[in-house]
Amino acid sequence: MYNILLAGFGGQGILFAGKQIAYAGMKSDKEVSWLPSYGPEMRGGTANCSVIVSDEPIGSPLVTDPDILIALNLPSFEKFENKIKAGGILISDSSLISKKTDRTDIQAYYIPATELANQNEISGMANVIMLGKLIQVTGIYDYNYFEEVMTGSIPPSKERLIALNKKALSIGYNYR
Amino acid sequence: MSKKILMKGNEAIAEAAIKAGCRLFFGYPITPQTEVAETFAKRMPKVDGLCVQAESEIAAINMVLGAASTGKRVMTSSSSPGISLKSEGISYIVGSDLPCVIVNVQRGGPGLGGIQPSQADYYQATRALGHGDQHILVLAPASIQEIADLTMEAFDLSDIYRMPAMILADGALGQMMEPVDFEARTPREIPEKTWAACGHDGKRKHNIVNSLYIEPDELERTVIERFEKYKKIEKTEVKYEEYLTDDADIVVVAFGITARIAKSAVNAARKKGIKAGLFRPITLWPFPSERLNQLADSTKKFLAVELSMGQMVEDVKLATQFKKPVEFFGRTGGMMPSVNEVLENIEKYAE
Amino acid sequence: MVVFDKPKALTDVPFHYCPGCTHGIVHRLVAEVIDEFGIEGKTVGIAPVGCSVFAYNYFNCDMIEAPHGRAPAVATGVKRAMPDNFVFTYQGDGDLAAIGTAETVHVGARGENITIIFINNAIYGMTGGQMAPTTLPGQYSTTSPYGRDLKLQGNPIRVCEMLATLDGTAYAERVAVDCVKNINNAKKAIRKAFEVQKNKLGFSIVEVLSTCPTNWGKTPQEALEWLRSDMMPFYPLGVYKDITVKEDK
Repeated sequence: MYNILLAGFGGQGILFAGKQIAYAGMKSDKEVSWLPSYGPEMRGGTANCSVIVSDEPIGSPLVTDPDILIALNLPSFEKFENKIKAGGILISDSSLISKKTDRTDIQAYYIPATELANQNEISGMANVIMLGKLIQVTGIYDYNYFEEVMTGSIPPSKERLIALNKKALSIGYNYR
Repeated sequence: MSKKILMKGNEAIAEAAIKAGCRLFFGYPITPQTEVAETFAKRMPKVDGLCVQAESEIAAINMVLGAASTGKRVMTSSSSPGISLKSEGISYIVGSDLPCVIVNVQRGGPGLGGIQPSQADYYQATRALGHGDQHILVLAPASIQEIADLTMEAFDLSDIYRMPAMILADGALGQMMEPVDFEARTPREIPEKTWAACGHDGKRKHNIVNSLYIEPDELERTVIERFEKYKKIEKTEVKYEEYLTDDADIVVVAFGITARIAKSAVNAARKKGIKAGLFRPITLWPFPSERLNQLADSTKKFLAVELSMGQMVEDVKLATQFKKPVEFFGRTGGMMPSVNEVLENIEKYAE
Repeated sequence: MVVFDKPKALTDVPFHYCPGCTHGIVHRLVAEVIDEFGIEGKTVGIAPVGCSVFAYNYFNCDMIEAPHGRAPAVATGVKRAMPDNFVFTYQGDGDLAAIGTAETVHVGARGENITIIFINNAIYGMTGGQMAPTTLPGQYSTTSPYGRDLKLQGNPIRVCEMLATLDGTAYAERVAVDCVKNINNAKKAIRKAFEVQKNKLGFSIVEVLSTCPTNWGKTPQEALEWLRSDMMPFYPLGVYKDITVKEDK
């Protein structure tokens, strides 16, 4: 069972990234839930979402103590870093969050996702780069399977978008 | 790969309604249920249906009254403050014995309150959704699949019993996504609507849809008849879920999203050796009083958990007739309790 | 030979209206139009809350009794469910122009293809003579016992003029039922409104200046005279909107 919390600013594609994780789970017959923290602001405010992927029916859909935290801004890092379960995983966008965790009971991964996106002319796709990193470090899904499911929901008319998503995913997955 | 669709609760409500044959939606935007109207607005034109944005909640519920009078399936949806506005129309719909589905995706109150999930409209839904002696059917789903199933069930029940059925959800269920399968449920048999005011075509006497009975004895008779129907519903239409209640020393009673959190807490309590169980009312009216009363003979304590200052807890007390202590834990104003908070309360009261 | 007969669209239930009240005349006119159009079987009428609440007992077509002021919304629901049916509401001034103003204005704005028969008698009849939104300046009522004071109680609403400004209003006319000539005109207006609905042109309303001898404290004859002397100057009769007529001839 994976209790995942994705957190950042509105507009960073937090909810979209969470949805991809849940969608891939559903397509492989897992129990999944996706719960956004919703607010009046659509963009600019803080945004986070709880995603659970499980073999068992899901009780509370609200992830308060995540196994995995994907942080895309400093407020989220500060707010949730200490909530990660012992033995859990932190994936932090180090181009936006200069802080490192002091915790020794979790595995922490730092990836300059926003910078990588800008360098590769896919700005705005740091969220997908983070998903690539998630797959690399957790093995939650097979890489090829996830790539297929994620791009499969994009209509063929937006072919360019498919290529960009694949590129972003691969950058995250191959970043060491 | 499964044929399930990953969908928000609000979207699932609209899709399920369409699946149930509803082609008329009248509503007014309000957070956190706006996606219901938006989904209808997008989908209705594709299925020869209509989604009309009314000038107010009051107008919307009265459009529902009009459309329901013709015998067609119709629904409206709102969130707490909007439901208060609809309450006049709901009372008339009850008094006119009309079927319809009303959705309340609850948010925190009173007043403008907040926009985060709440269950503080329990009293309103089960006690006083409009003036007069009355009940409406109240269904409380706890997952997106159940939202779909119960929305379809609500249409059937309201047609069978000629009364409004409410889906009492909350902001979390409205906004969260889970896989849902719209083919899972078998529809029930629906009686012919011979009472409908749809134009008599010269083939019958005129039908009158009305809630006015100026003679007290006549009004009393119609109310008593309606309460006979309520009695039947209380016997046959009660729905609930039980989880690990057989040997439970403490039974947590919770509905909707709160029951999900409570289930996780019950699992955690069991791991700690506490014999906890969960009782989840699915119909809030009719309330599963009889089964709770039986449970009061086998368990030692009840703990009601709600997103309010304690409303359903009163029905638990009434149902169990004070045979065993009934404790309460709740968060309100849009706050959701964590699994740990509920677990702490189970531990506290299980001692 | 001319035989005066009851329209088929009226039931045998005797009207409960006070002596001299003009509701009965307007009911009859509506019923005659329904008969002439041959549409009783596909008409749904909406009764209001007010003196004419029992209209559902008087018309032979299918009838619905609406909450106070909500008849236009109820009519919208019926019409949207059954767009080929005829739908009319029958409302008084409190129902239509006070508690139900929003519903009324918005059927006009939407161009809802329904007909409103609006009885304006400048007073609340059913509750016993209280001030209506159409009560004239200075007019006495039980809640304006010193005469309607515009500073305290605001101004009356001229409904047809207001609704005529809305793009969705296809037809709006004010008539009166104080004399044979005007009654004939009222019938024509109601016919016209149903025709507009039949041709799916949009929202139609016929405002009927009516009497309430009981609550005006007048004899039926005095009431008719007061309607002419006091109401008509404030609420001029005439067509306020008719999209079937081209403005530039």
